[in-house]
Amino acid sequence: MMANTNGYLVGSNLERVLKAGHFAVTAELGPPQSAEGDVIRKKAGLLRGYCDAVNLTDNQTAIVRLSSIAAGAILVQEGLEPIIQMTCRDRNRLAIQSDLLGAAALGIRNLLCLTGDHQTFGNHPSAKNVFDIDSLQMVQMVTAMRDERTFQCGDSFKGPEPRFFVGAAAAPFADPVDFRPLRLAKKAKAGANFIQTQLVYDIPAFEKFMAKVRALGVHKQTYILAGVGPLKSPAMAKYMKSNVPGILVPDELIERMELAGAPWAGKSKEELTKDDKKARSAAWQAEGIQICIELINKLHQIEGVSGVHIMAIEWEDAVRPIVEGAGLSPRPVVTESPPLAAALG
Amino acid sequence: MIIAEQKSLEELKSLVGTAEKVLVVGCGTCVTVCFAGGAREAAITSASLRMSSKLDGSPKQVSDVTVQRQCEWEYLDQIAEQVGQVDIVLSLGCGIGVQAIAEHFPQVWVVPGLNTKFLGLPTEQGVWAERCAACGDCILGLTGGICPIARCSKSLLNGPCGGSEAGHCEVSPDIPCAWQLIYDRLTSLGRLNVLLDLQPPKNWRTSRDGGPRQIVREDLRLHIEED
Repeated sequence: MMANTNGYLVGSNLERVLKAGHFAVTAELGPPQSAEGDVIRKKAGLLRGYCDAVNLTDNQTAIVRLSSIAAGAILVQEGLEPIIQMTCRDRNRLAIQSDLLGAAALGIRNLLCLTGDHQTFGNHPSAKNVFDIDSLQMVQMVTAMRDERTFQCGDSFKGPEPRFFVGAAAAPFADPVDFRPLRLAKKAKAGANFIQTQLVYDIPAFEKFMAKVRALGVHKQTYILAGVGPLKSPAMAKYMKSNVPGILVPDELIERMELAGAPWAGKSKEELTKDDKKARSAAWQAEGIQICIELINKLHQIEGVSGVHIMAIEWEDAVRPIVEGAGLSPRPVVTESPPLAAALG
Repeated sequence: MIIAEQKSLEELKSLVGTAEKVLVVGCGTCVTVCFAGGAREAAITSASLRMSSKLDGSPKQVSDVTVQRQCEWEYLDQIAEQVGQVDIVLSLGCGIGVQAIAEHFPQVWVVPGLNTKFLGLPTEQGVWAERCAACGDCILGLTGGICPIARCSKSLLNGPCGGSEAGHCEVSPDIPCAWQLIYDRLTSLGRLNVLLDLQPPKNWRTSRDGGPRQIVREDLRLHIEED
């Protein structure tokens, strides 16, 4: 028995917004390193009304956190739409499918399939990893669960199938750079309905990537949401530029962040008072938010970009000023059936 | 070949414990080539244990012998007498050699002198690198002769992940990204199209995940006629 989704694959808010042709906004919420569900409710409150769906990270950077599915269930209770992230690092194909049946039963309808950061980065570096399947194979598996109503082994579902709007990630600037558009094409071919990219700060480099993606026709097969994130300080910008694979931060943006802190640049560490530090931090953050707004406005102009994914990690209250500043508030409410012409994916 | 490296002298002393008569057994094959457990290393290990036990005030009788291959019964038969005269055997073979001694001499206490690391090769003098994970279902024909199971930190079949940077893996700058190598090789051979196909989930049953493995070749077995 196929679920009635009124012409939608799933009918999630994210799918509705994208199919209606709106420029989508998703945001990221990092679950706590504790059993405190109220943190999620509080962060959800900061995001409510300013995005179409909320990503819940899955043991991000290989650090143990409250599970993405449990956090997603809390978001459903709170009336927000979750996108649960699921990595291949911690679960084999049995565990992934089992957890996804549970997630679907809890009312979760969007899924982002990821390879996962290697466990040696995290707080349990001596752990054994799994990597039974990779992220592309996960996309294929969950798409077949939805569309063929089969488990990965080929067995058919006897009851309702789990229906997810299936996403995957793209790293436009990771090496080998020339292969990245082709790898994105593979993800679309595997069945990814939407793509969320790694953080974009270098617009010309991203335009080059998108030109190749358009030449392959991939932007017509899947919705591409460009990743953005507000810079918090010049140090953060420099750190990302030199230490995080696949992130390009132009010097011009680092200079802008430094300039924002210029009024305090003449003071030595000892001379800086608590109030100075507070004021400098506020100036940096305001500039970081302004840069993020400008990036969104530029990304909005690029053909084939269907939305943005805002990653304001441990800074969820930055999402509201960013979305408002970019003129993307209020978020659309799509109640009607999808227009036929836009019904891709 | 099998690549191994020696345990520290401290650990060897702890493994040998209070045993007085010790036989260090080297192996003349893989671990000789990787300078971990051949005749030379067996002699050095034996001398080290002798000297350190003397310094510790309880001198042990430590001798050494090296066989051609610790993993074949016929070579182990050659040292049966020496093995029978000691309290403990310290094997400088790989994990297979240690187990072969345990299996062949049920009454003997055997301990490992090496840590068996991987199946690989010397990339230059003094450097060894992993090449094969013995997954039991070789896919090198799909990847230009570079194994992502053994050489990608995540064993991805549809790589590379987002952690590939400047040719190395996100895990360490010392680990070349297997998928960058695969991409470069297939590009230079004009076969990049191979990477555009989606590789399905691997059947790990041929690997360790199917349980301990064995191969039976009926054509090679010596059959004993039964009445």
